[in-house]
Amino acid sequence: MAERELKRRPAPQREAQETEEQEAPTTSERGEKLKAELDDLLDEIDEVLEDNAEEFVRNYVQKGGQ
Amino acid sequence: MALPKVLGIETEYGIQAVNVPDSNPTSAASFLINAYVSELAQGVGWDFEDESPGRDARGFVRDGAQAPEVERHLVNTVLTNGARYYVDHAHPEYSGPECSSPRQLVTYDRAGEVILQRSMAAARRILPPGQEIVVYKNNSDGKGNSYGCHENYLVDRAVPFPRLARLACAHLVTRQIYTGAGKVGCEEEGAERARFEISQRADFFEEEVGLETTLKRPIVNTRDEPHADPQRYRRLHVITGDANLSETATFLKVGVTALVLMLLEDDALGSRELVLAEPVRAIHEISHDPSLHTTLELVDGTTMTPLELQWELYDLARKYAEERGLAAIGSEEEGAEVLQRWEHVLSALESDPASLARELDWVAKYELVNAYCERHGCGLDDHRVAALDLQYHDLRPERSLFGRLRVDTLIDPAEVERAVVDPPPSTRAFFRGECLKRFAPSIVAANWDSIVFDVGQDALQRVPMMEPLRGTAAHVGTLLNEVHSPAELLARLSG
Repeated sequence: MAERELKRRPAPQREAQETEEQEAPTTSERGEKLKAELDDLLDEIDEVLEDNAEEFVRNYVQKGGQ
Repeated sequence: MALPKVLGIETEYGIQAVNVPDSNPTSAASFLINAYVSELAQGVGWDFEDESPGRDARGFVRDGAQAPEVERHLVNTVLTNGARYYVDHAHPEYSGPECSSPRQLVTYDRAGEVILQRSMAAARRILPPGQEIVVYKNNSDGKGNSYGCHENYLVDRAVPFPRLARLACAHLVTRQIYTGAGKVGCEEEGAERARFEISQRADFFEEEVGLETTLKRPIVNTRDEPHADPQRYRRLHVITGDANLSETATFLKVGVTALVLMLLEDDALGSRELVLAEPVRAIHEISHDPSLHTTLELVDGTTMTPLELQWELYDLARKYAEERGLAAIGSEEEGAEVLQRWEHVLSALESDPASLARELDWVAKYELVNAYCERHGCGLDDHRVAALDLQYHDLRPERSLFGRLRVDTLIDPAEVERAVVDPPPSTRAFFRGECLKRFAPSIVAANWDSIVFDVGQDALQRVPMMEPLRGTAAHVGTLLNEVHSPAELLARLSG
C-alpha cells in the first residue's frame, strides 16, 4: 500500500452537523446509487431465498457452540 | 515497547444438513471436513499434548467454572497454510494460522471461507443427489444458541492481567458499532424480540471477566494458554466478536484491537481511564440501538456514547502513532491504513451511517432488511426476514445474500487463493505449513507450538516452536529449500 497522509477528522461530533450540509450532495448521490442497487437485488431476491422460509428458519438450530 | 502483534482468528461455522437422513451436526461437520481432507489426501493429526484450556490468566482455577473440554475423538487436521481445521463440539471450525498484520489476517480468514466452500463442494460430490451440507458464517441460530468467532493477540506478559482486563473492556464493548454483523431478533431473555441488533453475539455476554466460553460468556476471557513461551507472552483470547463477511469489518476488528493493545502495553491510554460502570449492560444496549445514541456510564461518573468512546481511543492511537510509530502492527503503512479506515467509519457512522452499506456488515444487512420490509409491507417478526438474515451468511455463492450486495473488498482474490495452500511467510506458521507440504508422511502430529516427526528412529522427534516470530521464510526458507529429507532437516536444525 502506498503511504497515505494521516488526516485529522474534520471536527468532533457536535460540530459535525455543520459540515454535513456541504457534503450533502455527494452523500445523497451515493445514497441514491445504493438504493437503486438494493432495489435491483429485491427484484431478484425471491429466486434466491429458501422456498419455505418458515420451515427453513425453524430447522436452523445450532447447539454446542462456544 | 509494544510487542509485534501476532494475530489469529478462528471461526465456528453454522452447519445444516439438508435432506441427509439420520444426520446430526457433529456427524455432518465430520463428514464435511473429511470430504475436504480426503480430496487433499494430506491429513495430519493434531497433537494435544500441550493443550491446557482450563488455565486461568488470573492465576487460579475456579471451582465449578467449566473449562472447555478438548475433544480427541473427532476429526482434527492441520492444513498446509498453517491452519487447523476440525470439529469443535458440533461445528466445523477453521482456526487460521498466526499472522503478522491485519491485512494478512483478513487474507487467511477469507481463505478459510474458500476452504469451507470447497468442503461443501467435496461433500456434494460424495452425497446422493438432493442431499447437501450447508455452511453459514454467523454466530447465532436466532433461538438462543451462539457459536463463536474468536481472535487471538500476542501480548507482553509484563502487563498485569487485571490491568489488561480493565482497560481492554470498554473497547471490546463499543467496537461492535463497526464490527457487528447485524441480527434480526433479540435473544436476550425477557427482552422484546422483534428488533434489529447491531451484533450477533452481544446478547450472549453475561459476565465482565471469566474463563467460560459456552455459558455465562465473559466480555474479557481469561483463558491463559499462550501456545508460546509462557514467561514472555500472553495470548489474549477475545470471544466477543461477530464473524464478519465484510473484509473491512474484519480488518478493523483486528487492526483497531491490536492498536488498543499496543497502547495498553506502552501505557499510552491516557490519564483518564475509560472504564465502563456496567459493561455487560452496555454491550447489550449498544447492540439494541442502531441509532448509536446509547449513553454509557463510566466509573468516573461521566457519560459517553459508543462513538465518543471510540473517538477518544482513536485520538490516543493517533497521538501514539505520531510519537512512537505503528511498526508493531506489521508495518507503518498498515498502521496508517488502520487509523485512516477507523477514522473514516467513525466519521460516517456519525454523519450518515447508511453510506457504509458497502463497507460494514451490520449496515449492509440493516439497509437490506429495511428495504425488504418496506417493499413487502412486513415486520421484523416475519419468517421471510429471519430467512433473509440467515441467508446473508450462507457461504454458497449462489445463495449468499452478502455476495449479492457488492460489498467493497480489500484483498486480491489471487492472494486469497494462495493463502488456501501457502502459509504466511512472516510467522512460525511458515515452518509448520512448509514442513507439511514437503514432509507430510513423516509428520506424526503438529500443533501451534511444535511439530512431531517420525524419521524411522527409536524415538519420535519433537521440534518446539515457542517463538511465534521464528520459523519464518526469512529464518528457515533457505534451509527448507536445501534439505532433501526430514532427517536431514532435523539434523541441520539441531546442528
